[in-house]
Amino acid sequence: MKSMTKVLSMMCAGLLMASVFAGCGGEKKAGDTIKVGADIDLTGGSASYGKSAQNGIKLAFDQVNAKGGVLGKKMELVVADNKSEAAEATNAMQKLVAQDKVVAVIGPNLSSAVIASTAVNTGAKVLVISPMGTNPNVTVDKDGKTKDFMFRACFIDPFQGTVMAAFAKDTLKAKKVAILIDNSSDYSKGLAQFFETAFVKGGGTIVAKESYLQKDTDFKATLTKIKATNPDMIYVPGYYQEVGMIVKQAREMGLTVPMAGGDGWDSAKLPEIAGKSALNKTFFSSLYSAEDKSELNKNFVAAYKKAYNETPDVFAALAYDSAMLIVNSIKTANSADSVKIKDALAKTAGFNGVAGSVTFDPQHNPVKSAFIIEYKDGAQAFNTKINP
Amino acid sequence: MNSIKKHDLATLGACAVLFAIVQTLLFVDFIGPFWELNIILILINVILSVSLNLINGYTGQFSIGHAGFLAVGAYTGAIITVKLGLPFELALVVGTLCSALLGFLIGLPTLRLNGDYLAIATLGLGEIIRICILNIEYVGGASGLMGIPRFTTFAWAFWITVFIIFVIKNFKNSAPGRCCLAIRENEIAAETMGIDTTKYKVMAFTIGAGFAGTAGVLFAHYFYIAHPASFTFMRSFDILTMVVLGGLGSMTGAITGAVLLTAISAVLAEYPEWRMVIYSLTLIILMINRPQGLFGSKELSLKMFRLGGSDNGRATESK
Repeated sequence: MKSMTKVLSMMCAGLLMASVFAGCGGEKKAGDTIKVGADIDLTGGSASYGKSAQNGIKLAFDQVNAKGGVLGKKMELVVADNKSEAAEATNAMQKLVAQDKVVAVIGPNLSSAVIASTAVNTGAKVLVISPMGTNPNVTVDKDGKTKDFMFRACFIDPFQGTVMAAFAKDTLKAKKVAILIDNSSDYSKGLAQFFETAFVKGGGTIVAKESYLQKDTDFKATLTKIKATNPDMIYVPGYYQEVGMIVKQAREMGLTVPMAGGDGWDSAKLPEIAGKSALNKTFFSSLYSAEDKSELNKNFVAAYKKAYNETPDVFAALAYDSAMLIVNSIKTANSADSVKIKDALAKTAGFNGVAGSVTFDPQHNPVKSAFIIEYKDGAQAFNTKINP
Repeated sequence: MNSIKKHDLATLGACAVLFAIVQTLLFVDFIGPFWELNIILILINVILSVSLNLINGYTGQFSIGHAGFLAVGAYTGAIITVKLGLPFELALVVGTLCSALLGFLIGLPTLRLNGDYLAIATLGLGEIIRICILNIEYVGGASGLMGIPRFTTFAWAFWITVFIIFVIKNFKNSAPGRCCLAIRENEIAAETMGIDTTKYKVMAFTIGAGFAGTAGVLFAHYFYIAHPASFTFMRSFDILTMVVLGGLGSMTGAITGAVLLTAISAVLAEYPEWRMVIYSLTLIILMINRPQGLFGSKELSLKMFRLGGSDNGRATESK
């Protein structure tokens, strides 16, 4: 028994020594490759996001390398798993910047993880693009100052309200709109506020503003009030659970006007809850649609399907765009120095990505295209792309 | 008695030497930021596993809500420094006390349970704490408490860890500690001998919870953020795994378990796809070969490495 313990403790000690040496000796010199890190969620609660993002980035670098790379060097991807957790994201970020000496990092997807790891990459002067970090604080600090090394590839949530206002006015020709807000969610309130501002500015009127709470199931009283104001369109920036019942009950009451919302509508459950026919003439705004007919996107979808045998989702598309933005900035800066890449990236204007064109504003938020998706007999169909 | 003191001093000296070596290596940048982070993570995990070992190993109460106390410490500490702008030292003290107080309040009713029932109660407790935090807007709700300054340094983490190990070691050798061991061996027999079992169980639970709180303060002030997702029951299981792997009831076992598992996780960061697979395989193989944990309930000491097993050689140890 005793000798067994001894052997095992020796083994432990050996393993530890080995691990320390592996850690310290692991610093490889940057040779003929440019290293870019991915701090993404490969395990844990949001693992599916991370997997898609990894596929997107890999595809981007493979395509670039097939064409001979950048500045005569190949792009190399170093992946670190952050287990969908803020503290682990910091750990992964530390590994990427300190050990692998990457010039830029893509990820994390979750806002909280990005915000937690910011101090690490800022201290090391390495830029980060978060493909899906929608929280405003990802790129600006508490005092409203832009964080130098932080960028995002998606637009922040409220922007969807502005996009939908333009769509309502120009495409649906709506003049009078009723808004139905989910009062328990900041997301919903933000969208509604931006929609109202933009729509009124464009000459429209808001005829009714009603609200509900999450988990409500009966909306008939509210909808009756709305029906009395005779709107051309109803804007419901909520989540699919309640939205499904709202659409269903509105149609039952004979409200046949178009209804619209944000990407909270993007769910396979929505047609089940609302019923396929009730969903006709409904629209929502989204960051990406695989059905976009642009040449760039068609090639991307085809290549992605060939490589992974599935249709790219929004995470894959935005991670692909993030990777391409970095490649583009390395070309513009004509250097693989992280600070120079960052400066070039901040000046990016009119970059063409698969999820639309990107121009960074002073807060490092992209001013970019949004997609309007329409439900047709329960299936999502691409309607229009709205450019900024 | 004298030899024990001498032994403690020798250990303290060894700690100081170890500290000096690591600090120098950090200073000359031989150990990069990634390993510095993991060394601190190891120290935090050592505190957690040693404090859980006090409850699970020494007192024999099966608690799996340790992440809850970690969360309480992390959030209280962060409130002290971020929201109130008070010094880090105070945060450490208040974080520890709040956690201990909660441990005491929770321990009183739940420690009347035992075995599986206590496990379920503490599991529930950990989740209750997390869900509460998730819904308190003051501490950031679901997006977590951000903007925590990085006050935890290697020196802080190291000496606090040494201090906690010392306290728990001495507690084990004190009269209340012996009562805890008696409760673990046979609760009915202990009660027959006149030991107030609930009192000593609550005492161990409170101390363990308090030190988990200390770990929480260190954790939050190293990673810049206190986020509910860091304190799920998976975290409790991680700590429990470290203790069980090292050997329930062995202080050195708990330390080794924490060091080993954290280091494995860090080394495998290179291979994200295989990380969890290898980690789990290690656990399975170790558990098949050593179901009682690496050290069982024995303590690792230098005399173990002697050939022939001289049993009374402690006083002659000079190193």
